[in-house]
Amino acid sequence: MLVNQIAVFLENRSGRVAEFSRVLKEADINIQVMSIADTMEYGILRAVTDDNKKAIEVLRANGFNTAATDLVGFKVQDTPGEMCKVLEVLEGHGINIAYLYSFARAGEDYAVILLKVDDNQNAMKILAENGINLIEDNIL
Amino acid sequence: MSYVFNKEIECMPIEEKKVLQGKRLRDVVERVYNTVAPYRAKMDEIGLKPEDINSIDDIVKLPFTTKTDLRANYPFGMFSAPMDDIVRIHASSGTTGKLTVVGLTQRDLDDWSEACARGFAACGVTKQSIIHIAYGYGLFTGGLGAHYGGEFMGATVVPASSGNTNRQIMLMKDFKADTLCCTPSYAVYLADELRKMGLTPQDLSLKQGFFGAEPWTEEMRKKIEEGLGLKAYDIYGLSEITGPGVATECEYQCGPHVQDDLFYPEIIDPVTLQPVKEGEEGELVFTTLNKQGIPLIRYRTRDLCSLIYEPCKCGRTSLRLARITGRSDDMLIIRGVNVFPSQIESVLIKDKRISPYYHITIDRINNLDIMQIDVELDRGVAFDEVQEIEILKKKLTADIASAIGVTAKVNLVSAGSIKRSEGKAVYVTDNRKI
Repeated sequence: MLVNQIAVFLENRSGRVAEFSRVLKEADINIQVMSIADTMEYGILRAVTDDNKKAIEVLRANGFNTAATDLVGFKVQDTPGEMCKVLEVLEGHGINIAYLYSFARAGEDYAVILLKVDDNQNAMKILAENGINLIEDNIL
Repeated sequence: MSYVFNKEIECMPIEEKKVLQGKRLRDVVERVYNTVAPYRAKMDEIGLKPEDINSIDDIVKLPFTTKTDLRANYPFGMFSAPMDDIVRIHASSGTTGKLTVVGLTQRDLDDWSEACARGFAACGVTKQSIIHIAYGYGLFTGGLGAHYGGEFMGATVVPASSGNTNRQIMLMKDFKADTLCCTPSYAVYLADELRKMGLTPQDLSLKQGFFGAEPWTEEMRKKIEEGLGLKAYDIYGLSEITGPGVATECEYQCGPHVQDDLFYPEIIDPVTLQPVKEGEEGELVFTTLNKQGIPLIRYRTRDLCSLIYEPCKCGRTSLRLARITGRSDDMLIIRGVNVFPSQIESVLIKDKRISPYYHITIDRINNLDIMQIDVELDRGVAFDEVQEIEILKKKLTADIASAIGVTAKVNLVSAGSIKRSEGKAVYVTDNRKI
């Protein structure tokens, strides 16, 4: 189902990611998954934490431009070709993916994939119809 | 000594010139008092009548004119001549995006052409010369000013205008131009491109060049002279007064000679507005002594420099300008274009996604001015996709370019990251060594 994500704008300045993590540490917030999209001049840090609402509050108070976005999350077997299967389903239905990231915990036999699409409900419907294992809301 | 275009005027004994200047000043003050309502109001306010102006020294009694006056009376409100007699319009950028507009009569064009021609002749240009003009043509006075000056003295003019550097070099090479007119930064760029094309200055026929519309240095002069194989002369002008040729150097390269029978220079303290002592630095002020279209009385150029009173070896008796060292306002000159930070501000303020804080950084890289504007995101704004940021950057870049006439690199930064200053805002870092 849906996973709430925070996205932070990072201008190209040294120490910004460290500042980000310091702000969350001081608010006692745990980062569960994180990825950075970087360009020549800036980056976007995307993360899921154990308390996004509070994270957004403290990040904004510390001058981080922070967005909240719902992503579609699902689980696949942690074996070759599993993600490809899902992407082919989405491609077959003409669903465009803005970005995607995934993670697998050590010792687990599945991986979690989070993706940003234009229409979450439609994407979830298609995935469910095709037997894809959507995860529960905000439970990674 | 090279040819003097108008010996009677250019070498006129100083006392005699003062009489001519005084007579012209009285004439022009009478004209603006009778035909330009804003001038009449300004003079009436301090109880000054044209009859109070009897010599050039009386000029200090007159009120100043600023860009704000021109803006307040946009577009033609300061014109003295009827539109029947105006034959040309020029304009330059103003502080809030509104243009500073001037109108010229045929006599104004002739005076301007002669002013340019005098400067050209003083540096060796003759009727046999071929003048390659790589200043932009249009509302900007650079191209057309130099163009008419060259034609006025009977030289051959090549109106190349700006852009397409390879073609410029081909034209200069094939037509064997001996004279080049362009901005000093473009001249350095031309020299670099020439070398990159595997050519040397000997492949061209250049002997002299006139460079202006932006401040430059003696170091740049050396670079241009070596890179293009010519002698580089400083030409000064501004559209409000007339355009290029208000002052031009002579063969001795010791500061531009002001055509002071037409354009009378003063240096004032920009704070007290009082004239400074002879030779001291301050703000350059011009009065157009002979203009009809839009005569300006004590127009504050905002350029900081001093006047040179020592007689020149060339025999001309006119005053000379020392190097322009800066501005008394916040105008920036980027690739020859006048840019005011307030123009950029007016674009930023319209977009709710960004804060009113910004910072401009100017560098000169490979002899081209590069302007970067750090723009701060509004606190409430956020993105999770790169695409959204790129769209915002593109929009701001296009809006700023259309407001100021040059392209700047827009760099987005987080809310609150631009340093707030107490008192006067410091929003420009100019790293150019000028």
